[in-house]
Amino acid sequence: MTTERLPRLLALIPYLQARPGIAVAEAATDLGVSEVQLRKDLELLWMCGLPGHGPGDLIDLSFEGDSVTVTFDAGIHRPLRLTADEALSLLVALQTLAEVPGLAERDVVDRALAKIEAAAGTQAKARSGLTVNLQDRDTQRPDSDEHLALIRRALADRRALDLTYYVAGRDETTERVVDPMRLLLVEGRSYLEAWCRRSVDVRLFRLDRIDAVQLLDEAAVVPTEARPRDVSTGVFQPSAAHDAVTLRLAAGARWVADYYPCERVSEVGPDLEVVLRVADPRWVRRLVLGLGTEVSVLDPPELAEEVRREAAAALAGYTQGIQSSA
Amino acid sequence: MSARRAERLINLVICLLSTKQFLSAERIRSAVPGYGDGDGSAQADEAFKRMFERDKTELRDLGVPLETGRNGWGDTEDGYRIARGDYELPDVELTADEAAAVGLAARLWESASLSQAAHGALQKLRAAGIDVDSHAAPGIEPRVEASDPAFQPCLDAVRAGRPISFDYRRPRAQEPEPREVEPWGVVSWHGRWYLVGHDRIRQATRCFRLSRILGGVRNAGQPGTVTVPDGIDLTATVADSVPPTSQTATVLIRPGLAQGLRRSAVPTGRDGPEGEEFEVSYGDPEALADRLIGFGSAVIALRPPEVRDAITGKLRQLVGT
Repeated sequence: MTTERLPRLLALIPYLQARPGIAVAEAATDLGVSEVQLRKDLELLWMCGLPGHGPGDLIDLSFEGDSVTVTFDAGIHRPLRLTADEALSLLVALQTLAEVPGLAERDVVDRALAKIEAAAGTQAKARSGLTVNLQDRDTQRPDSDEHLALIRRALADRRALDLTYYVAGRDETTERVVDPMRLLLVEGRSYLEAWCRRSVDVRLFRLDRIDAVQLLDEAAVVPTEARPRDVSTGVFQPSAAHDAVTLRLAAGARWVADYYPCERVSEVGPDLEVVLRVADPRWVRRLVLGLGTEVSVLDPPELAEEVRREAAAALAGYTQGIQSSA
Repeated sequence: MSARRAERLINLVICLLSTKQFLSAERIRSAVPGYGDGDGSAQADEAFKRMFERDKTELRDLGVPLETGRNGWGDTEDGYRIARGDYELPDVELTADEAAAVGLAARLWESASLSQAAHGALQKLRAAGIDVDSHAAPGIEPRVEASDPAFQPCLDAVRAGRPISFDYRRPRAQEPEPREVEPWGVVSWHGRWYLVGHDRIRQATRCFRLSRILGGVRNAGQPGTVTVPDGIDLTATVADSVPPTSQTATVLIRPGLAQGLRRSAVPTGRDGPEGEEFEVSYGDPEALADRLIGFGSAVIALRPPEVRDAITGKLRQLVGT
């Protein structure tokens, strides 16, 4: 991005000065640009210098093979101080990390936080307006700490795990062997990302739905084709292979559009019309039943009929006078 | 930005860092290549002035502390300089594990503006000689996304200390309502974003889900006019605004069904041929009713009557009787 070029140019001279003789390719990777772009940056800086712009005033670089060294910096000894946004983003992130139980070594994060805060100076004040709490939104099982410890050990030792896992979509508990890849904390939930040998694919397992974990003696083997899931657009990624369900949401059900990724959302009078991709029809049936009259199923018609039938069966349970089995 | 402009701006920074004196615009024009010597025409002078104004704005936007002032009584106009002490990042030394923590922290943000800012911060730390590995896989990766359109304007208002107004739709409300708020902070809690502040219309502390703010966020006052109460715990304020799950309902689950409900419920041990009895904790009876209805005929609420009645009422509506 061209808008980021100026800050990079200002950072480049002190960066190189701290690393005499660094390979151009390595510097490019570190600064997140192509080698071609970095060479262009260096050529530009070579033309800059102190007023007068005589031979002794210009920034001087010496190239040796593929490596570069700054021999005159024209007074740009240090990087520019952090902006308020930069200080905020880093300090709030560190504060967030420090408060996640069992994440990194807490004292290490606290020390890093104190040092960055000192370096940010007055800009550090900006952080107080933004707070992130990564505590899980779901009530954890009493043995969740134990599960987490086992998963972390499996990741560190690269060992396979045997999981007893509750699949909400099918409302059933399953048994499977997985090869752990990483732990993710996203959208207020913790997930184990792993290669699932049963589904022969990468899967995310919600920690609060893991009923039992067993550390296996087997080594974890994550196939080379396994790619970590891009969770930047949400954990659940709807696919065209899933069935489309069209719902009309009244005021009391509008939250559905907030909570679940919708393919299409449109305002229809006071209501919302949404299209959801549904991996499991049983899940959407439960959702629609729970929404009661706040929702109407526009498509498919079988779903609407199924919901009505299920509601009638449930109502029968109440009218038959079941009070208590005790 | 064109290469010529970038070159001019770098030269400008070098020039202003190298001087202890304030330099007038005219002196800068002759010392920094790229402004053009001009032909003395009013047109050329006007072009320089515009160019220089834009350059000053660009540098200030980047956080370059551009000082203006006069060297003495002899100066007839303001000059410019950059104080090295204000420009330079102070010394930072991080151990390898501290640097790894910073690298991990910088990857927390999924939102464009915050992740770009974190990336900029890392670049400066690297330029200070710190080796920050932003790719190391620590095995555990927290991610925070902030894609709500209201996120950035609310955060900006908090930082500016400026009151704002917006339209807000409460969960079960038909129509959005106008709100006017003195914003204290933006909080992510349980994976959701909230604005915490003083609601001027209701004269009370309120929390607003950012996803329920409709349309734009408007200014409703001057910057610097919001006072954040001393010692306020923003997260606790949000946590307290969500109803606690302190009540208990008793339900009957048909044999072998509703695994999801069983997992979060406590068996009472009173089981019969109809099913097994469990206790479920809840806050809002309506919300529990919705959740239980989701399990259809697999679950029957036994107590309390408020939950039972909520369920049968909703079921009758669904069946159409």
